[in-house]
Amino acid sequence: MSAVVYMDNNATTRVAPEVVEAMLPYFSELYGNPSSMHTFGGQVGRAIEEARGKIAALLGAGPDELVFTSCGTESDSTAILSALQANPEKRHIVTTRVEHPAVKNLCESLDTLTGHKHRITQLPVNSDGTLDLKLYEESLSDETVIVSAMWANNETGVLFPIEEMAAIARSRGILFHTDAVQAVGKIPIDLARTPVDFLSISGHKLHAPKGIGVLFVRKGTPFAPFLIGGHQEHGRRGGTENVAAIIGLGKACELAARQMDEENSRVRALRDKLEDGLLSSIPNAILNGHKTLRLPNTSNISFEFIEGESILLHLDRYGICASSGSACTSGSLEPSHVMRAMGVPFTAAHGSIRLSLSIYNTEAEVDFVLEKLPPIIAKLREMSPFWQGEHKGKTGGAQCRCACS
Amino acid sequence: MNPRNVGQIENADGVGEVGSLACGDALKLFLKLDENERIVEARFQTFGCASAIASSSALTEMIKGMTLDEAAKVTNQDIADFLGGLPKEKMHCSVMGREALEAAIANYRGLPLPMAEGEVVCECFGVTDLEVRRAIEENKLQSVEEITNYTKAGGGCGKCIPRLEEILREVRREAKPLIPDQRPGRLTTIQKIKKIEEVLEREIRPALRKDGGDIELIDVDGDFVIVSLRGACGTCKKSQTTLKEYVEKKLREQVLDTLIVEEGK
Repeated sequence: MSAVVYMDNNATTRVAPEVVEAMLPYFSELYGNPSSMHTFGGQVGRAIEEARGKIAALLGAGPDELVFTSCGTESDSTAILSALQANPEKRHIVTTRVEHPAVKNLCESLDTLTGHKHRITQLPVNSDGTLDLKLYEESLSDETVIVSAMWANNETGVLFPIEEMAAIARSRGILFHTDAVQAVGKIPIDLARTPVDFLSISGHKLHAPKGIGVLFVRKGTPFAPFLIGGHQEHGRRGGTENVAAIIGLGKACELAARQMDEENSRVRALRDKLEDGLLSSIPNAILNGHKTLRLPNTSNISFEFIEGESILLHLDRYGICASSGSACTSGSLEPSHVMRAMGVPFTAAHGSIRLSLSIYNTEAEVDFVLEKLPPIIAKLREMSPFWQGEHKGKTGGAQCRCACS
Repeated sequence: MNPRNVGQIENADGVGEVGSLACGDALKLFLKLDENERIVEARFQTFGCASAIASSSALTEMIKGMTLDEAAKVTNQDIADFLGGLPKEKMHCSVMGREALEAAIANYRGLPLPMAEGEVVCECFGVTDLEVRRAIEENKLQSVEEITNYTKAGGGCGKCIPRLEEILREVRREAKPLIPDQRPGRLTTIQKIKKIEEVLEREIRPALRKDGGDIELIDVDGDFVIVSLRGACGTCKKSQTTLKEYVEKKLREQVLDTLIVEEGK
């Protein structure tokens, strides 16, 4: 087993060796500009179109419906701001409380960004992270310009019913955007059957390099470019193409299509073994998120009465890479907004650990984590003033009145 | 990570407990004293990140062998120094250590908690103004961000940030006279509405009336000024231009440069 046990694939993934190999020529001999008139550059343009075709095939989209961007965040911003420009008279946006900051913070900054006042509805989620479709339907109005809801949650892996949600929005004449950064490559997606108008992809979440994203824009959807410049991407996104990364993403999508079954059988089985093992061997461990309506690779577990960052540091000593929704790791002083939206109690929210697998993980690695993690939890609990052996947590939380939600 | 002195002390002479599960970190400190009030044993239990655990461990190592009077002089900076420094956003871990020590001493002496006497400023993390004032004075803090790093106050919902700014000004003013605050944007809503009405009456309305239009103030919500265009302006295609290029510009010049004028529906 290698020195690093990488179980943080929702943060980023290893670039597949096949992807690296496909990219290499575009860093050296094939350096032409795809927009050039000469054959030398033109051949690069053709390679880009080939890559576009592979990405379109994975999604069930038309190649001309894809716009290359620099990352998932750019795709999200482009989609939402484009919808606002197309319908300047509508000022209501529906989104959810568990969105990635790329959507959440953008929506919360729209007023200052555009100089207009917007009404933002952030839909709540159930305690298992799922969405109430009835609440969603009720939130839509004639003023609603766009709905933006993630396909799969990055922290819990919980899936939203995007097909139904998009169909409802369409029937009301409302544009629909989904941040599918965590879903693409992990679960089958068919845009021919899913009436979304915009869909965001990030390359580095599916074994392509960082610095490449895609925005799917359905044919006929009103569109305004975010980066204005040259005629690249048919005028939909200025800036010279990130050629090597585009070629890499094409290859990664080809691999993802081929490995989709493995992701949903072998990786799912590994995840389940890991999750069941941890939940059964560690007391006061709670699964965060719906058990089945979930990505096959993600497991988010809270270990009560201890703090996530100290768990991560102990795991790190064994080379095990994971992440946490605790305050110390969320970059603020409060647990992650996803844990809070799900109403995970404070006893558990600070001790949440996310393990996210990929096809590169092995059963030996899962066994290694199953061996190392339980003693770490036990050691930290011995140190915790709230863990009293059999006594289930003499909590002091009540004295800290939290005015915020 | 191998913290020292983890655990409880049976029949401890002093026990100090600070923080809570909700706050994300908590520390329980146990002290055992000899007949001269010298600390012979110190143990801790901590719920928190690595810095919190390290601060707790450092604290127990530092105070062993000290008399209570000596221990009472230990500051959060001493704890941070013992660890060879802490990242600035983790300084509150050292503050927690110091407060647990104070709580344990108060517990032994049968005194009330010194810092708990103050007014609770940050409800999210239960921080009092006394804690904030002391952190500012001792660590020479200059901004609300630094206050949050040291005490966590203001790091939750953020509702107390204006109050923290006030306390910071008060404490710094005592430390050295500050140049009076001349920042704009210090208007109350009532003052804002009054000024907006004045400008509307004095300049904007007369100008619009010349073209057969009129304007009415509907609401002021933060920086948003909601108005309604009446008369000829109500049907004029250029009304949006009028609103942004003329009304908003005038109000920004004369009331507040962050105002945004919108038409109410």
